[in-house]
Amino acid sequence: MLLTLLLVLLLVLLAAGGYGTVAPARPQGSRYLYSVSLAVCTVLLLLALAHLLSGREPLHLSLPLGLPWLGLHLRLDALSAFFLVVVNLGGAVASLFGLGYGAHEREPERVLPFYPAFLAGMNLVLLADDAFAFLFAWEFMSISSWALVMAHHREPANLRAGYLYLVMACFGTLALLLAFGLLAGVDGGYGFAAMRASQTPPALAALVLVLALLGAGSKAGLVPLHVWLPLAHPAAPSHVSALMSGVMTKVAVYGFIRIVFDLLGGESAVWWWGGLVLAAGGVTAVLGVLYALMQHDLKRLLAYHTVENIGIIFIGLGLALAFQANLMYFNAALALTAALFHVLNHSLFKSLLFLGAGAVLTATGERDMERLGGLIHRMPHTALAFLIGSAAISALPPLNGFVSEWMTFQAILNSPELPQWLLKFLVPAVGALLALSAALAAACFVKAFGITFLGRPRSPAAADAGETDRFSLSAMFVLAGLCLLAGVLPGLVVDGLGPVVGLLNGGARLTDQYHQPWLTLVPVGPLKSSYNGLLVMLFMAVSGVAAALLIHRFASSAVRRGPAWDCGFPDASPATQYTAGSFAQPIRRVFGSLVFQARERVTMPPPGDLRPARLEVELHDPVWERAYAPIAAAVIAVSTRANVLQYLTIRRYLSLVFGALVVLLLGMALWR
Amino acid sequence: MALIDYLVQGGQMLLVLMLAPLLTGWVRWVKARLLRRRGPSPLQPYRDLVKLSRKEVVLADSASWLFRVAPYLIFAALWVAASLVPTFAGGLPFSWTADLIAIVALLGTARFFLALAGLDVGTSFGGIGSSREMMIASLAEPAMLMMVFTLSLLAGTTELSAVARFMLTADVGLRVSLALALLALVIVAIAENARIPVDNPATHLELTMVHEAMVLEYSGRHLALIELSSSLKLVLYLSLVACIFAPWGMASAGAGSAAYGYAAVIYVAKLALGGVLLALFESSIAKMRVFRVDQFLGAALMLGLLGALLLFVSRSL
Amino acid sequence: MHSLEFDIAHFLAGGMVVLSFLLLYQDRVYALLNVFALHSLVLALAVGWQAYIQEAHHLYVTAGIALVFKAIVIPMALRRIVRRLGIHRTLEVVGGVGRDMLAGAALVALAIMVMLPVTVGADALAREDLAFALAVLLLGLLLMVNRHNAISLVIGFMSLENGLVLAAAGARGMPLAVEISVAFSVLIALIVIGVFLFRIRERFDSVDMQAMDSFRESRLK
Repeated sequence: MLLTLLLVLLLVLLAAGGYGTVAPARPQGSRYLYSVSLAVCTVLLLLALAHLLSGREPLHLSLPLGLPWLGLHLRLDALSAFFLVVVNLGGAVASLFGLGYGAHEREPERVLPFYPAFLAGMNLVLLADDAFAFLFAWEFMSISSWALVMAHHREPANLRAGYLYLVMACFGTLALLLAFGLLAGVDGGYGFAAMRASQTPPALAALVLVLALLGAGSKAGLVPLHVWLPLAHPAAPSHVSALMSGVMTKVAVYGFIRIVFDLLGGESAVWWWGGLVLAAGGVTAVLGVLYALMQHDLKRLLAYHTVENIGIIFIGLGLALAFQANLMYFNAALALTAALFHVLNHSLFKSLLFLGAGAVLTATGERDMERLGGLIHRMPHTALAFLIGSAAISALPPLNGFVSEWMTFQAILNSPELPQWLLKFLVPAVGALLALSAALAAACFVKAFGITFLGRPRSPAAADAGETDRFSLSAMFVLAGLCLLAGVLPGLVVDGLGPVVGLLNGGARLTDQYHQPWLTLVPVGPLKSSYNGLLVMLFMAVSGVAAALLIHRFASSAVRRGPAWDCGFPDASPATQYTAGSFAQPIRRVFGSLVFQARERVTMPPPGDLRPARLEVELHDPVWERAYAPIAAAVIAVSTRANVLQYLTIRRYLSLVFGALVVLLLGMALWR
Repeated sequence: MALIDYLVQGGQMLLVLMLAPLLTGWVRWVKARLLRRRGPSPLQPYRDLVKLSRKEVVLADSASWLFRVAPYLIFAALWVAASLVPTFAGGLPFSWTADLIAIVALLGTARFFLALAGLDVGTSFGGIGSSREMMIASLAEPAMLMMVFTLSLLAGTTELSAVARFMLTADVGLRVSLALALLALVIVAIAENARIPVDNPATHLELTMVHEAMVLEYSGRHLALIELSSSLKLVLYLSLVACIFAPWGMASAGAGSAAYGYAAVIYVAKLALGGVLLALFESSIAKMRVFRVDQFLGAALMLGLLGALLLFVSRSL
Repeated sequence: MHSLEFDIAHFLAGGMVVLSFLLLYQDRVYALLNVFALHSLVLALAVGWQAYIQEAHHLYVTAGIALVFKAIVIPMALRRIVRRLGIHRTLEVVGGVGRDMLAGAALVALAIMVMLPVTVGADALAREDLAFALAVLLLGLLLMVNRHNAISLVIGFMSLENGLVLAAAGARGMPLAVEISVAFSVLIALIVIGVFLFRIRERFDSVDMQAMDSFRESRLK
């Protein structure tokens, strides 16, 4: 029943997509469309949440669609319900934002038809219960998001981003297709139920893991498969960027979890699987944030930062795999809960930050942080929401980002019980990487918020910005409120995740948290570790307010405005402020020479020369230059060779076909 | 939970707050004596705070609301963090509110807002301070967490009271890892408190300054709060060292008031000793170039990692 | 729970690994010498402690040799050489201390990972000593590979040798004759190296190994 209802709602979204082709011509068209998306997403969100919290048995639905011998299988279990919550929460908020933001869209006909289709595609991936439906929905999601990336296709950078995205999406789907092929086995059981029931031989299972890591990882943005992500995500309109970064990457994580934890089954895990995923996650986390620190484009910075968070999620998943392989289900439950919690958190704050960047973009027309600044005076509400998002993503208590990273740390601290030596050393190293990435993330968001919103405006556009509309603001504040709520009441979220973790972890899950005094989070045991966001926030609020009241009451509350002190040499020009580039310079010096082979060159003209001094910074992208450039060069070399084939005579072509046929037949004869 | 426990908890919070300026003054006084100066009285910071809080605030024209809110936020975060470190009594009613990782993260919250405040007015000095502070933190925080990792491997917990209890038992033994963790913690403490050789708390007009550059635009009551917060941070780190590596004389929950008083005296003595050691260290070493700091802190990070590695060895024999 | 005996042995052997690390961190010649002297001192203590708990008296001799020669004579001799060569102010050219230390941590992990599974069944003390000794040895090699200055090469070599002695002490010691001959060979190596250093300086005006490399390349062309 419920599934049918969900399916109908998805059909409504698809119909809205159809309406989107004519909507731009109507006066209120885009508003209707976003309202419908908002309503549908909200209903889907509530239904999924109800299903998740009620803890009911999985629902099934089979329809005679799709491949004739397979049909279309849908299933709603705790895992898909949780991800439905994440996707539709993001979808609803992005639609709310779109209500205001859509009015600024220059080419609505390139956005409106694909937007609801994109939402429908993501939802369908989560519901699919056979390989065909899954891959179909996956491709549908990829293509519709590709169309949205290409919405502003007249900018050459976007063209490149779209091309790269298409190539990587094809690669990812290919990997997933092969993974499903291996899972289905020789009998061709393409339904997920059959895959779950069958035992995959260990060697093949390892291959499936690697393929799933490649396929889902390329969509999620695991290093070194991340190259398309920071180009494609910012190219789309901002609410779509929020969806792609905050939500679509989570669908990719879902794909990985579904294949590895559910279809393969954690029981068949071997310890080095965990090590592999863990190492990939650790490297991704640190490289992602280092890349982000080097960016001056606000949206691209956010996109690179998504890569970091995907790394953190995969660290949790890798730990869970390693624990499951050693039959330590309690620790696995902790790691899984941490990873899933971070999935939710990242979808909240990354969507929030992208929406904030979208608001800045509409207000100023700028994405380059070097030309922004001082927006906190012009856009105070956007600034507040963005600040909350920045603090949350930097893992600062009492907000939500901290809770999931704290839980990941707790899982890491339980790792010495792992018997394998390699893991024993890998896990502390990954812990150091995680700590490093958390600290760098704080630096990154001090830069993002500080340069964009604080200081003095660096361009006329920033000086004349105005606050964004009420729809956009309410969308941002909904997310900011949820960030705070999830940070202050983490126990409730952990309890909500219980059924999902139980499903993936052979029934083992964390103990219920809601009965803890003061809603404290006690994942392992009261003697091990506990954290209470509520009390931390209360204490902070009380002591801060008390200090303010006391000082204002008994000391002085006088304020005088004056020029900045600046050690006695205030400079009127905003150009003397620290810029994004100069803010990142110490970190570039410390880490950049190792990772990016960063070189700085200062050309100082001699005295009397009127030319400006120049500081040139040279950065190399290690992943692109070591991995992709050689592949691209090889592809070009091969295709240049093969280009000869394009200019043959008909007789030659026929003889080629003939030759191929004969060779094939010969091969068959010999093979038999 | 008895009422007295709550009272002791409140007393601990107030004690930390009250002692903070005294510790700063004490360190300054000892340093002055070591340099054969007479030096201001150790009570001078209290007078400074009172004087500052009575003055009016001069705000830069380009300062935003964040600039005015930040001192209160920073103070609140640091005070909460400092009062969650067991000083003279462990196992108090709210000791489970945050474990060591959360305390480290609360310090991160304070640092985040301080760095933002440095950027808010839009001067070059503020920016220089913020960007360097974040660079230092990006290495100090992982080093700190590696230390937490070592401790947690040993004690099996990240709750500070439990760690302190564990360190008092004979199970600890003599371990290189603990020495390494102590070393890492001390290096981090020096860096985070802007002491020599990483930063010089006594300079105002030097391009090497980090902390002072960030708070350059603050005045009046805001500056008072910022100064009080940095004193609190110093107390916090010294208490942390004392609580983890020298937990002797700490009263457990439910001890009588006499025991609490005795423990409090021991705690103050520990702080005084820590202050003397800090002053000695600061007087005997020269300030580093800013871009040597990363090596200094990188060493702390590596020492922390090494400590964790060595511990793995001895545990799994 | 471990006994105090084990704890002290662990502390001393682990201390040697840490000091090897500190050798990597130093970028001044005198500081390097001081840390090396400390390294040898800790070695002497570690070997002495082993002698005490294993009741192997010939190890006391080993400890004595380490104390007298490596902790006192050799550092002092090197110090004289440095002063006579006038290179005490030369800052080392190091390819990034951070990178060195990262590599060092990886090497320690490698040493432990190789040694512990191989020695399953041996007694805990010997296993740990062997693992740490291998780590010290690898760190010494790393120091030799990553430094240009000839003095650091010598120090790297000596610390490597300290690692060997530590391993030998953990494995119930080597015969005294071998031990003494090793000690003498190290001393002779020191003398030879010292003489060579002066000769090299006379020829090249530098003890920087890069200068010699470039000279060789120009000869080969």
